[in-house]
Amino acid sequence: MSLHFWPTQASLHAEHVDWLIGSFGILVALLAAPVFILSAVYLVRYRHGRKADRSQREAGNVWLETAWAAIPFLLVMGFYVWSTKMFLDQQSPPDDALTIDVIAKQWMWKFQHAGGQREINELHVPVGRPIRLTMTSQDVIHSLYLPALRIKQDVLPGRYTQEWFAATDTGTFPLRCAEFCGTDHSVMGGRLVVQTPADFAGWQAQAGADRSLAQLGHTLFDRLGCAGCHGGNAQGQDAQVRAPPLAGLYGKPVPLADGSIVRAGDQYIHDSIMLPNKQVAAGYEPLMPPFGSVLDEEQVAQLEAYIRSLGAGGDR
Amino acid sequence: MSEATSHVNPRMSQEPIPDTAVERVSYLAEGHSLRSWLLTTDHKRIAILFLISITFFFFCGGIAAALIRLDLLTPAPDLLSNDGYNRAFSLHGIIMVWFFLIPSIPTTFGNFLLPMMIGAKDLAFPRLNLASWYIFALGGLATLATVVLGGVDTGWTFYTPFSSTYSNGAVFMAVTAVFISGFSSILTGINFIVTVHKLRCPGMTWGRLPLFVWAHYATAVIFVLATPVLTIALLLVALERVFGIGIFDPRLGGDPLLFQHLFWFYSHPAVYIMVLPAMGVVSELITNAAHKQIFGYWFVAGSAIAIAVIGFMVWGHHMFVSGQSPYASAIFSFLSILVAVPSAIKVYNWTATLHKGDIVIDGPLLYALGFIGLFTIGGLTGLMLAMLSIDVHVTDTYFVVAHFHFIMVGGSVSAFFGALHFWWPKVTGRLYNDLWARLAALLIFAGFVMTFTPQFLLGYEGMPRRYHVYPEAFQPLNVMSSVGASILALGYLLPFTYLLWSLRYGKPAGPNPWGATGLEWTTPSPPPKHNFETVPIVDKQAYCYPVGGRGEQSEPRTQNAKQDDG
Amino acid sequence: MAEVSRLQPQFPTLERQREADHFGMLIFLATEVLIFGGLFAALFVLRAEHSTEYTKASKEMHYWLGGINTAVLLTSSALVALMVEAVKAGSARLAKYLLFGALALGLTFLAIKFMEYGLEYRDGVVPQLSAAKLRGGPHALFMDLYFAATGLHALHVLGGLTLLASLIWPFGTARRDTSAVFAGNAALYWHLVDVIWVFLYPTLYLAR
Ligand code: HEA
Ligand code: HEA
Ligand code: HEC
Ligand code: CUA
Ligand SMILES: [Cu+2]
Repeated sequence: MSLHFWPTQASLHAEHVDWLIGSFGILVALLAAPVFILSAVYLVRYRHGRKADRSQREAGNVWLETAWAAIPFLLVMGFYVWSTKMFLDQQSPPDDALTIDVIAKQWMWKFQHAGGQREINELHVPVGRPIRLTMTSQDVIHSLYLPALRIKQDVLPGRYTQEWFAATDTGTFPLRCAEFCGTDHSVMGGRLVVQTPADFAGWQAQAGADRSLAQLGHTLFDRLGCAGCHGGNAQGQDAQVRAPPLAGLYGKPVPLADGSIVRAGDQYIHDSIMLPNKQVAAGYEPLMPPFGSVLDEEQVAQLEAYIRSLGAGGDR
Repeated sequence: MSEATSHVNPRMSQEPIPDTAVERVSYLAEGHSLRSWLLTTDHKRIAILFLISITFFFFCGGIAAALIRLDLLTPAPDLLSNDGYNRAFSLHGIIMVWFFLIPSIPTTFGNFLLPMMIGAKDLAFPRLNLASWYIFALGGLATLATVVLGGVDTGWTFYTPFSSTYSNGAVFMAVTAVFISGFSSILTGINFIVTVHKLRCPGMTWGRLPLFVWAHYATAVIFVLATPVLTIALLLVALERVFGIGIFDPRLGGDPLLFQHLFWFYSHPAVYIMVLPAMGVVSELITNAAHKQIFGYWFVAGSAIAIAVIGFMVWGHHMFVSGQSPYASAIFSFLSILVAVPSAIKVYNWTATLHKGDIVIDGPLLYALGFIGLFTIGGLTGLMLAMLSIDVHVTDTYFVVAHFHFIMVGGSVSAFFGALHFWWPKVTGRLYNDLWARLAALLIFAGFVMTFTPQFLLGYEGMPRRYHVYPEAFQPLNVMSSVGASILALGYLLPFTYLLWSLRYGKPAGPNPWGATGLEWTTPSPPPKHNFETVPIVDKQAYCYPVGGRGEQSEPRTQNAKQDDG
Repeated sequence: MAEVSRLQPQFPTLERQREADHFGMLIFLATEVLIFGGLFAALFVLRAEHSTEYTKASKEMHYWLGGINTAVLLTSSALVALMVEAVKAGSARLAKYLLFGALALGLTFLAIKFMEYGLEYRDGVVPQLSAAKLRGGPHALFMDLYFAATGLHALHVLGGLTLLASLIWPFGTARRDTSAVFAGNAALYWHLVDVIWVFLYPTLYLAR
C-alpha cells in the first residue's frame, strides 16, 4: 500500500494528456493567483483601524474590467485549440489498427478477437500496435476506462462506439467501468495485458480458438436459418422469400425503402438483424423477423464478422 | 440606527433577554399558532418555513454523505452492500441538489429579502408563494417515501435506460418527487420575476437594484426556462418505467442519449441556479465588509445575466464521452470556456472591491472569502473539465466529484452560511457571538479543503466515481477525505448551536448592526408585517457607503428614512 | 371600501396589480409551452430521421376526428374570448351563457378524444396492448409520443375546464372588477390549451 500521486503512463497519448494538464494547471494557477494574493494583501493593508490611503477609490474601470475578462479568455483559447486538436485526432484510429469487439453487460466485459479468441474481464493486446475497440452493450450504458492510457468511452446499448490506443509499454494495467450501471458497477473491472508481439502470438495460440469469429458467425448463420431466405452461401434467391444477397454488402451504400441511402457499416448490419423494420432495403418487403430478443450482442458481432468476410463492396 | 455600526460581540448574559418593543410588533409576533404559520402569506414567514425545511433536508443529505465517507474508509465493501452504497449516493445527490441547494438561498433569503430590498411590502403573489412551499413539502414527503420504499439507485442523473428499465429501486417515486418539486421552482421563479418588474418602489431603478436582486432575477429566469424541460424529461422516464413506452430504451426503439440531452439542458443551467444566488450574497457581504461601493456595478450585474443566458448553451459538456458527435463536443467545449468569462469578471471585481476598503474581518466576511477562494478553485477545475482531452480521462472520476463539491459545498453552501450570519440579526432581531462565527467559518473551510482536495488526486489517478470497492492504492487519500468530512460535519453543526442560543440569549440587534445601506436595514429588526410603514422613495445608488470610511455615518438611501426609525 | 379590499397590500395601485397578474400568467404560459416543447422536439427528430414511417403512422390517425376536435376547441376559445368582453361590459348573464357554451365544448373535446383512443385500441395501434407488430421501431415510438402528447394535453384541457368552471361562482357576486381579471387570465390559459392543440393536430394527424 503505497502513496503515489501520478498514474502510470502507457502510451504516447497518455504522455500528451499529462503535458496538457500540467501546463494548463500552471496557467490556471496563474489566473487564480491574483485573487488569492491580492485579497490577502488588501485584507491586511485595508483592515479597519489601520492607517492607509483610502482616497480616490474607483467605482469601476471599464478598460481594466474588459482586460481581465478578455486576457484570461484568450490565454485559455490557446489551450482550447491544443486540447481540441488532440481530441479530434484521437477520434479516428489508423487504418492498420487491430479491431477487437467489446461487449459490455451487467457486470462484465467480454472481448472477442478476430481470430475467435474470447476473454472475459481481461484484454490481451500486442504492444506498439494500434488497437481499435468496437464496443456495444447488452443492457445499460457502461464506459470502458483505461486510466493508464487516459482514454474512456461510453458503451451504449443498440449502438457502436469505438476507442483506440497504441500502448507503448508492456505490462498489466487496470480496466474499469466508469459509467454507473447498477449493483456491481464498482467491481465491473479487469485488466489490460499489454504483451510483446511474440508473447501475444503465444497467448493467441494458447487461448486456442479453433475457429475464427467469421467461422463462428457462419455456423450461427446456418443454425438460425438465415440461409433459408438469404441463401445457403448467402447468395440468396433460392427460397420463397425474396431477400437481398449479403455477399459484397459490407461497406456498400444501400438504398432504403424511404428513399434515403445508408452505408452498410457495422451499425447498419447490426440494426438489420436486431430491428429489421427500422431500415428496410429498397425493393424488398419487410419480412425479416427481428432477432433482437433471440441473439445477444456477442452473436451479432460474430454474424457481422461473417458478413464482413463475404467481401466488402465499397471503400471499407 | 444609532449604536448600530459596532461589530463588537455582545457579552452573553445568563438571563434570557426579554422581548423588545420592536419585536412585539414584528412579523414574528403576528400570531403564534401553528395555523398562523401554515396559512401565512407573509413572504418573511414563508422564508422561515423554507429555512426549516431545507435545513432538515441538509441533515438528511448530510447523513447520507456520512454513510458514503464511512464506507469509503476501506477499499472493501464492509459497511454497506453494493446496492446500499448506490442508494446512499443517489439519495445524497437527489436530496442535496433538489431539496437543499436549489431552493436554499432563493426560497429563504431571496424570499425574505427580495421584497425588502426593492421597497415592496410582499412578493407579487403571496398565495402562490405559500403554494410553492406546500408543493415543495409534498415533493419532500415523496422523497422521504422513496427512502421508505427502499431507496433509489440511479444516481441523481437518472440515466436511461438504467433508470427507465433496469433499476430495481423506487425510481418512479424518486422521479415523482423531483417532478413535483419542479413546480415549486417554477412558481418561485414567476413570483420573483413579476415582483422585480412590478413592485420596485419609487426611485428604485434597474440601475439601483442591489446585486442580490440582480442575481435572483437571473436565477428566476433559469427557473422558469429550464425547469419545464426537466419536467417533461422526468415525465417520459416515468411513462417508460410504468407503461414501457420506448422513448429512451433502444431495445424498444428509443434513444438513450435523448434523455441525457434533456437532462443536462436543465441540469447545467441548474448549476447556475445553485451558484448565482450565492454570488448575489457574496456581492452584498463584500461591499459591506469593505464598506465601499462595488467595483464595476454594471459588470457584476450584467455578468449574472450573461451567465444565465450562456449557461443554456453548454449542456453538452457533460457528454463528451457519451457518443455524441465529436464536433458537437468541440463546440460545447468552446462555449464552456465562454461561460467562464462572466464568472471571471465577478471574482476579479470582488477582489478589486476590497482595494482601499475599510475592512472588518468578521464571520460573514470569512464565509464570503471562503466562497471566493473555493469557487475559484472549483471553477478553474471546471475549466479543465471543459478541455476535451483532459475530460476524456477524468470524466466520471473523483476529479468531477471534487470539482462540483468545491463549487457547490465550498462555494454555495459557504455563501448560504454567510447569508445566514449576515441577515440573522434582521430575520430574528438578535445578535450572535461573532467569535464563534469566525471559528465555525475556519473549521468549515479547513474541513472542506481536507475532504475534497484529495479527491482531485484520486480522480486523476483514475478512481471512478460511484465506486465503493476500490484498489488499495487509493486508500490513504480516501481516509484523509473521510477525516476531513468529520471536521466538516462538526463545522456545520457549530452554527446551529450558537445561532439557536442567540435566539434566547442574544442581544437585540437594532435595525442596522452592520451599518449597511440596503433598504432592508431601514426597517426595525425583525421587520413588521408589511416591512415598511411608508413606501420608501429611493434617490441613491446601491452601496453608497460613506466616502471617508467607517468613521462616518452612511447616508440613508431613502428620502423618507427617518420615519422608519420608529 | 370594496375598492380598497380588492387591492392587495403589496401593490400601490389596482392598475399595477392587474399588470402583475397578467404578466405572471404570461410567464406561466411560457413554461407550459416549454413543457410541450420537449415533446415537439422529440416528434420533429423522429420525423427527420424516419420520414416514411412517420408518414405511414400518421396515416393511421383518425384525422377527421382530430379535425372536428380542432373546430370544437377553436369555437370554445372564441366563446371564451367573447365571455371576457361580456364580463368587462358588465353583462354577467351573457357571460354566463357563453361560459356554459365553452364548457360544454370543452367536454365534447374530451369525449371525442376518448372515443378516438377507443378506436385506436380497436385498430390495434396501441404499442403496449397490441402484438409485437408495434414493438420497437419508429411506428411504436410515434404512437408512444402521440399518447404522451395528447394525454398531457387532455390533462391540460381538464385543468382549463376546472379553471373556467371556477368562474361561475364570481359571476354571482358583484365583484365585477376582480372577476374580469380572473376571467381574463383563465381565458388566456384556455387559449393556450387551444394553441397547443392547433400545433399538435398538424404535427400528429396531418403529416401524411
Ligand atoms: C454550482 C454548481 C456548478 C457550477 C457553478 C459549475 C461551473 C462550471 N462547470 Fe461544472 N459541474 C457541476 C456543478 C457546477 N459546475 C456538477 C454538479 C457537475 C457534475 C454533474 C454530474 O455528472 O453528476 C459538473 C460537471 C462539469 C463538467 C462535466 C464533467 C464530466 O462529467 O466529465 C464540466 C465540463 O466542462 C464542467 C465545467 C464547468 C465550468 C466550465 C464551469 C464554469 O461556470 C466555472 C466558471 C468559474 C471560473 C472559471 C472561476 C473564476 C474565474 C477566474 C478566477 C478567472 C479566470 C477565468 C477565465 C480563464 C475565464 N462541470
Ligand atoms: C448539492 C449539494 C451537495 C452537498 C452539500 C454535498 C455535501 C457532501 N458530499 Fe456530496 N454529492 C452531491 C452534492 C452535494 N454533496 C452530488 C450531486 C453528488 C453526486 C451523486 C451521484 O453520483 O449521483 C455527490 C456525491 C458525493 C460523493 C461521491 C459518491 C460517489 O460517487 O461514489 C461523495 C464522496 O465523498 C460526497 C461527499 C460529500 C460530503 C462529505 C459532503 C459534506 O459537505 C456534507 C457535510 C454535512 C454533514 C455531514 C451534515 C451535518 C452533520 C451531521 C448530520 C452530523 C452527523 C455526521 C457525522 C457523524 C459525520 N458526495
Ligand atoms: C424470413 C426471411 C428472412 C430470414 C430468416 C432472415 N432474413 Fe435477413 N432479410 C430478409 C428480407 C426480406 C430482407 C430485406 C428487407 C429488410 O431490409 O428488412 C432482409 C435483409 C437483411 C439484411 C440487410 C441487407 C441489405 O441489403 O440491406 C441483413 C444484413 C440481413 N437480412 C441479415 C440476416 C441474418 C444475419 C439473418 C439470420 C440471423 C437473417 N437475415 C434472416 C429476410 C430474412
Ligand atoms: Cu458497467 Cu458501470
Ligand atoms: Cu455543466
